[in-house]
Amino acid sequence: MRNFKKTIAGVLVLGTCFTVSQGGLAAGGSVHLEPSEIDPDNVSSLQRGARNFMNYCSGCHSAQYVRFKTIGKALELSEEQLIDNLMFNAEKTFETIRSAMPPEDGARWYGKAPPDLSLMARAKGADYIYNFLKGYYVEPGSPTGVNNVVLAGTSMPHVLWELQGYQEAHFVEHVENEGTDEEIRTAVFEDFRPLSAGSMDAGDYDDFVRDTTNFLAFIAEPIRQDRRKLGVWVLMFLIFFFVLAAQLKKQIWKDVQ
Amino acid sequence: MTEDDLDRNRRHFLTVATVVTGVAGAGMAAIPFISSLQPSARAQAMGAPVEVPLGSMQPGEMIRVMWRGRLVFVLRRDEKMLDKLPVDRDQLRDPNSEVADQQPDYAANETRSIKPEYLVVEGSCTHLGCAPLEDFDATLAPDYAGGFFCPCHGSKFDFAGRVFKGVPAPTNLRVPPHRFVRDDLILIGQDSGAA
Amino acid sequence: MARIEAEVGKPQGGFMKWIDDRFPFTKTMEHHVTRYYASKNFNWWYVFGVLAFVVLAIQLITGIFLTMNYKPSAAEAFASVEYIMRDLEWGWLIRYMHSTGASFFFIVVYLHMFRAMLYGSYKKPRELIWLIGMLIFFVLMAEGFAGYLLPWGQMSYWGAQVIISLFGAIPVIGDTLVEFIRGDYSISDITLNRFFALHVILLPLALIALVFVHIVALHEVGSNNPDGIEIKEKKGPDGVPLDGVPFHPHHTSKDLVAIIVFLMIFASVVFFAPEMGGLFLEHANFEPANVTATPEHIAPVWYYTPYYAILRAVPDKLWGFILFAIAVVLPVFLPWLDRCRVRSIRYRGWMYKTALTVFVISFIALGWLGLQAATPTYVMFARIFSALYFAFFLLMPFYTAMDKTKPVPDRVVYHA
Repeated sequence: MRNFKKTIAGVLVLGTCFTVSQGGLAAGGSVHLEPSEIDPDNVSSLQRGARNFMNYCSGCHSAQYVRFKTIGKALELSEEQLIDNLMFNAEKTFETIRSAMPPEDGARWYGKAPPDLSLMARAKGADYIYNFLKGYYVEPGSPTGVNNVVLAGTSMPHVLWELQGYQEAHFVEHVENEGTDEEIRTAVFEDFRPLSAGSMDAGDYDDFVRDTTNFLAFIAEPIRQDRRKLGVWVLMFLIFFFVLAAQLKKQIWKDVQ
Repeated sequence: MTEDDLDRNRRHFLTVATVVTGVAGAGMAAIPFISSLQPSARAQAMGAPVEVPLGSMQPGEMIRVMWRGRLVFVLRRDEKMLDKLPVDRDQLRDPNSEVADQQPDYAANETRSIKPEYLVVEGSCTHLGCAPLEDFDATLAPDYAGGFFCPCHGSKFDFAGRVFKGVPAPTNLRVPPHRFVRDDLILIGQDSGAA
Repeated sequence: MARIEAEVGKPQGGFMKWIDDRFPFTKTMEHHVTRYYASKNFNWWYVFGVLAFVVLAIQLITGIFLTMNYKPSAAEAFASVEYIMRDLEWGWLIRYMHSTGASFFFIVVYLHMFRAMLYGSYKKPRELIWLIGMLIFFVLMAEGFAGYLLPWGQMSYWGAQVIISLFGAIPVIGDTLVEFIRGDYSISDITLNRFFALHVILLPLALIALVFVHIVALHEVGSNNPDGIEIKEKKGPDGVPLDGVPFHPHHTSKDLVAIIVFLMIFASVVFFAPEMGGLFLEHANFEPANVTATPEHIAPVWYYTPYYAILRAVPDKLWGFILFAIAVVLPVFLPWLDRCRVRSIRYRGWMYKTALTVFVISFIALGWLGLQAATPTYVMFARIFSALYFAFFLLMPFYTAMDKTKPVPDRVVYHA
């Protein structure tokens, strides 16, 4: 019965669309996401995030829509700084972020090519990424030796284990409709307990992940801060225009009885 | 002034002010749309400077390269070609490269090049943009010492890409911005001035 | 007022005369602008027509520029949208204006339709204006639907999959029809290509033509007003309706104020919340279409969800489709369902007021429910609100005939 339920987990019903989450397989939507508290105005956080991304992510993941030039401009990095610190796999600043790993190899090694990360933060949200990178726990028997509370059964290994160390996750079983045919047992994530220490303490690791998430949110929409700045000017112009137009309307309607 | 006049003045002022603001707003709104028509970041990336290695080029040999989707000739002139440059000066329309748009300042000289040996010109006839043919032995057209000949309308250019008189092309072939990175490597599309 | 008309009416010489001898320019301008008289007591409900026109203009202009850079092929569509968002100079602004414009089109059109229901604008002699307006609404729905496939994201793909599959419910011809719409055995490059053609050529042309006819018909019979009184029945010695003011400069100056306020709201969304929390740009649509994986939760864009909720409330595929189609088409019959003698809600009785309120609540509730996952509780609520939605229309001949109306004044109510 349990196995049967596992197989139907994640299966979607068109139109009605609900997911059933099962023991050991916690679906993304069911986990409470801790707020990432990223600060898109914090340039040094973004710079650190860019460095983290290039060091730990870009080996397997591309960001095929993102040009180094765009990063340099927004993150206040000179061409030399870009080339020296971020461009391991590219020569020109107008190039986009390619992964060091060909997608075919990724598909062969992990069963599924690592996705492009250009838009991940817009598709999943910053909080999702933040919690995902913090959500690895040891699960003996899984292909990578780990699993993730945010994305159960992820084929991505715990790339950051040297920094975070390993932890185990504790689940509490919730039972609905107990004793009936419709009995549903759901394992709800409770908390993490550290197994081994990494090179960073918990606070430093949070900051590391936060910076990385911040960078991913930035590359998902590089013009975000620009549009907000421009928006203020546009609204100020419209307010001025409104005052004039409202006066004109009043004047024109003055003689209507 | 009567109250009616005051009203009329005020109304006139407000009408003008509103119209002016509206037109200004429409003008500003038009900027993004017009700007979007210029080459995008991708077009700029694809139009980036290209490197041309010269190592294996023999005197008298010409290679064709593409820069920004345009044809560029790189010709290593031999002694014979260079000797011909001063000969037909009086038959040329612009022997001293005085039309400023047709070459960077550093190529506005007798050979229209940085180093006399190497000519870099765009392979696009200044008449209507056809690609001229190499005609180093003057076999395609009579009455000149050889150079480039445009098959579309018979324009002739010498070994420095200078246009002859009496043909439809108005100006010399354009010399693109370029520089020598090393003695055997040219970068087309970038001046020494630019970063 | 007399002064303004004197200016307008003065004889034109020179260039204008040359034109007017060959083309009815001045005549047209007078008929539709400077001497088109509409009631002076228009309230702010009366600006949504002109706002719909403004949104149409925004969509056409931004659309042209998007078309210059978008690639209608399954292999390139998603990347070309990101190209517009990142590589094209100001492309992000043009795209956000277009995506926000789509949602605002529906907001404005829904409010415009609600205005007609408030003041009985669809009643005789304006039935045809209402019918043309409903046609515009249908074309707009098709336009929005075709347009939503173009970014070729997960929601584009699976949303289209679900909606096109709806037609499969039609007996006998269903499956053939679905293949005919897709032009393939599944949604593919071919579907995308033809939806692009419909979205940028056929449907916009139809929209423009219908809007033109809508306005010509309106200017023939004249605008209704919040009192629902025919202002043409009370004319002054100069032949001008006593309660009318010329469209220009009176209504234009008022409309300009409305347009600016609208642009403020529009700009706030474009610059500060272009995704509108996933309502205008759905999160899953930032992932490229993937034929092998359906997103966890599919909902159409918000402007279709009231009808989608009705569809889901029915546990049968065919009947779901039928009720969905009826729900969309029912408003067409309003001019004949409404048996009330007065137009405006101001002079109607409690029954219509109650019915309209219930209808609005039902419509909004259905829209909200259509966005949610269909849990048993929500489906039950959707059924209740669907029933109320249909009851509003189907019981209308009875309650509007029974309703006690108030006396309608001779002249419109206006406070300067």
